[in-house]
Amino acid sequence: MRRVWGLVFRHVAVYRRSWPRLVEIAYWPTLELLIWGFTARFFAQAHTSLQGNPTVLAGAALIAGVLLWEITLRSQLGVTFTFLEEIWSRNLGHLFVSPLRPAELVAGLLAVSVARTVIGLLPATIIAYLLYAFNVFGLGPVLLLFFLNLLVMGWWIALGIVSLLFRYGAGAEALAWTIAFGITPFACVFYPVSALPAWLQPVALVFPAAHVFEGMRAVLLHHRVDWGELGAALALNVVWTLLAAGIFAGQFRAARIRGALISIGE
Amino acid sequence: MDAIVVQNLSKRYAHTLAVDDISFTLPRGGVFGLLGGNGAGKTTTISMLLGLLVPTTGRITILGRDMARDRFAALARMNFSSPYIALPARLSVAENLRVYGHLYNVPKLSRRIAELAEQFNLGELLARPAGELSAGQKTRVALAKSFINKPELLLLDEPTASLDPDTGDFVRTALERYRSESRAAILLASHNMAEVERLCDQVLMMKAGRIVDRGAPAELVARYGRDDLEQVFLDIARNKAA
Repeated sequence: MRRVWGLVFRHVAVYRRSWPRLVEIAYWPTLELLIWGFTARFFAQAHTSLQGNPTVLAGAALIAGVLLWEITLRSQLGVTFTFLEEIWSRNLGHLFVSPLRPAELVAGLLAVSVARTVIGLLPATIIAYLLYAFNVFGLGPVLLLFFLNLLVMGWWIALGIVSLLFRYGAGAEALAWTIAFGITPFACVFYPVSALPAWLQPVALVFPAAHVFEGMRAVLLHHRVDWGELGAALALNVVWTLLAAGIFAGQFRAARIRGALISIGE
Repeated sequence: MDAIVVQNLSKRYAHTLAVDDISFTLPRGGVFGLLGGNGAGKTTTISMLLGLLVPTTGRITILGRDMARDRFAALARMNFSSPYIALPARLSVAENLRVYGHLYNVPKLSRRIAELAEQFNLGELLARPAGELSAGQKTRVALAKSFINKPELLLLDEPTASLDPDTGDFVRTALERYRSESRAAILLASHNMAEVERLCDQVLMMKAGRIVDRGAPAELVARYGRDDLEQVFLDIARNKAA
């Protein structure tokens, strides 16, 4: 536990004295929210109708979708950015010759990721309430399950990316910024899975996020918790996490055989 | 119990045999030099000793622990410093030492950091970001980091590379003091032959992945009929037999 804290402290020490870094964490989620929030409000105002109108509800789903999808994006970036920081600072050599076990390294990365996700989303959550009168906590206790599922999805994507960094070195760095965004069309954040062409729907359904957002729309539009969708998201997250952990362990071992731990930043 | 026992160690990459069936034993309480030209296999050997690299064949036992099965127990009791691996530049010196104190589970960490600050003359540097230090100051900090857990085995890769003579002497004196105060073994790879003659009890000479000679610096100098270890190094590099 103390070794995990050592790794977390290393990043806390950087953030606590660098306000630009803190701003950067919150910048994109806030910007996304502003763009989509005003878009939703425009559509809602274009229809001079009462609350409960499908357009208004769609606007709420849009804002909720932005906020929730940012959980996955931020948690993934939280892990990969933290790992890349170690590469950029040429510190990995010191870490890998210390008694820090790979599982502890991952635990430290995940802990930093949670902190970054919460810090990154807090301003956007407050702005959603103040500007658009949308309270994400109005989703109820099920929000916690949405949060955890999306957080874990970000983690296993990140573990996959870190595995690619072990395999291909810093040359795979660009993937850290792009892979999760590439999944967005299949996560069905802003539209139901049924909106996809029939042949694409099975692709979407292998991602836990698609089930989470179906569940989110069920709460917002029909005021019911779809436990089936939540169960599917949880089960898929377990499978993907085990797969990603296996790939991570395999690539870490392969990197030790190839000598890539020494040259990962080159 | 010996500090390092290496048995029939080899490392083969796709088309290169970087280390070729080497064996050696280093007891505790001594300073040992690992010498050789570029590409001789020193860095590969040290990487395997640190668990960064998995050997193709052979066995490494460090402080009684088999590195293939129990490397984290050994790593907790050893440490490493190299001018080619940096400490996080944005962290202060004190924060860097605190991070590694946690990673090595050092008890009474604040007191230990104060001891190291005094020992390595870091008092005025503790609050400064590591990235703003001079090369000599960075070396002192890196050395302090490598002493944080009072290692029983210390591996050093060119500990005085690119340092001015004064800082180089400071580092060598610190190593001599640590050696006299502890039963630690120190293994250093260096291209500075005067440094090796001053510090090392025994030297392992590597070439093309093999250990081609070994002995005390004075023994090697006498065996090759030379004036100093640098000439011995050149003889070995140029295939002149003893």
